[in-house]
Amino acid sequence: MTTIEPVPAVVPQRQGRSVADGLRNALPKIVLAPSFAVILVFVYGFILWTVYLSFTTSRILPVYKWGGFDAYYRLWSQPNWYVAMQNLAIFGILYIGICIALGLFIAILMDQRIRAEGVLRPIFLYPMALSFVVTGTAWKWFLNPGLGLENTMHHLGWESFRFDWLVNPQMAIYTVVIAGVWQASGFVMAMFLAGLRGIDGEIVKAAQIDGASNVAIYRRIIIPLLRPVFLSAFIVLAHMAIKSYDLVIALTGGGPGNATELPSTFMYSYTFTRNQMNVGSASAVMMLMGITAIIVPYLYSELRERKQ
Amino acid sequence: MSATQETANGTVSAGSARTARYFIYAALIVLALVYLLPLYVMLTTSLKSLDEIRAGDMLALPREPSVAAWVRAWGEACIGVSCVGIKGYFWNSIKMVVPAVVISTLLGALNGYVLTKWRFPGHKIVFGMMLFACFIPFQAVLIPMARLLGLMGLSNTTTGLVMVHVIYGLGFTTLFFRNYYEAFPDELVKAAMIDGAGFFRIFWRILLPTSGPIIVVTVIYQFTNIWNDFLFGVSFAGGEASPMTVALNNLVSSSTGVKEYNVDMAAAVFAALPTLFVYIVAGRYFVRGLMAGAVKG
Repeated sequence: MTTIEPVPAVVPQRQGRSVADGLRNALPKIVLAPSFAVILVFVYGFILWTVYLSFTTSRILPVYKWGGFDAYYRLWSQPNWYVAMQNLAIFGILYIGICIALGLFIAILMDQRIRAEGVLRPIFLYPMALSFVVTGTAWKWFLNPGLGLENTMHHLGWESFRFDWLVNPQMAIYTVVIAGVWQASGFVMAMFLAGLRGIDGEIVKAAQIDGASNVAIYRRIIIPLLRPVFLSAFIVLAHMAIKSYDLVIALTGGGPGNATELPSTFMYSYTFTRNQMNVGSASAVMMLMGITAIIVPYLYSELRERKQ
Repeated sequence: MSATQETANGTVSAGSARTARYFIYAALIVLALVYLLPLYVMLTTSLKSLDEIRAGDMLALPREPSVAAWVRAWGEACIGVSCVGIKGYFWNSIKMVVPAVVISTLLGALNGYVLTKWRFPGHKIVFGMMLFACFIPFQAVLIPMARLLGLMGLSNTTTGLVMVHVIYGLGFTTLFFRNYYEAFPDELVKAAMIDGAGFFRIFWRILLPTSGPIIVVTVIYQFTNIWNDFLFGVSFAGGEASPMTVALNNLVSSSTGVKEYNVDMAAAVFAALPTLFVYIVAGRYFVRGLMAGAVKG
């Protein structure tokens, strides 16, 4: 008698529950939706906006008059843009190459059962905690032709020592490389060290029993096993190289002249100070394409690997 | 993994093994000194007087260490036309960093929770799109953002900068929490669901209490990135609302008057202190955040 509930009471309750159920089912999506919407608008929407601007005749302010490929023609006929691309090539290759070589070298040294590893590792890594502006300021002072390194060497008795790279248009881009390497190589070292610690010791032992020398073990076994770390380091560094803006601004201000112009500084000055917003937008689109070409295949392969 | 077992190996004599170790230590110590040099020079210069800087040797310790330059940098140095030091900009940065870190971390935690424990069709695409957003060059969104902030009346405000940093930090915070919660056993969540716990209750009672490490990693990563940001600061908040990095650059690159190198360096130390402090206190988590940001997916 009491086991069967009265029918009229059940029906409204079920309706109420289904609404509540619906809400409960949608709740996770409702929570995620604002973030996703924000990303859609402020990342993807804004990228489209920038792409559109690059096809307009915008100067000081955005205007929406169609200008075709004019901005791109003008971008690619700017000597400044070629300087920026050339500098990016020099900076990118040296920065990535030296960071990886130095990072790997220090990581291998650190992996030799070093007693003071806990002291040394933070020393190599601390520059990564600093702002690029601080790094630029410190190196600008350190390399100051009048009072910095050059002066110090004269004090030490090396009178003929010359180091004017910071004000020498031919060499200024290399000071950016030096400061950049100082900042990031410790991080690359940490990546390699983590990779080295992850290698199966048995493989190395087997090679040692076979009489392989240490050099051969590193060259033939360990370094090839670190391939994924090389790839990660390359991606991270390439990404930082293309984006780097603050370091150049703080260290050289893009100068002397336009000697250390990079695409990032080019974009900023054409957009905000030279009143050629469409050309600035076009250069931003170029930067985005460069980064996309590096990041998308990497992300794609990473996400696919995880699925398997 | 240790590769130096020459003596056990028998192929190399004990003597040359010792030489090799001396070489390794010598190389590491020299390298460590080189890495420390700019920091050392920055600190010692900030403690010297201008006369001593002009006369002397950059590497020498200050003869009469004084914090006069620090006091000047903090309260008197001229940035642009106002000579009130960097203290206001330092607080600007604090007022920008704290809310931006809290909001982006909280949203990242919720997003990561949804993307791992409440999956829906298409969750992979949503995550992929959020992930790619981490890596875009900000130059590609700079003009529209400047425009929008202007329309909203938020140009040159700290509020505007907080908004920008939350938006462009979301990808990373979501990534961190998603990867962390991915490893959290689904069975526990299912069991709680069967017991009638709802969405927020499960998050609050089950996932959040175990999230300590990833919260620390995310907070440190976001704090460092936002504090160190320059591009957004210089593009959207010039003048009075500038963050510390922008003020430092204005101070150092201004060409009016006598160049006070010691004051420049003291200001750089102030700009570096918060992140260096975090690094020294919680370096392990700092590195973990960098690695999580580098090895994605």
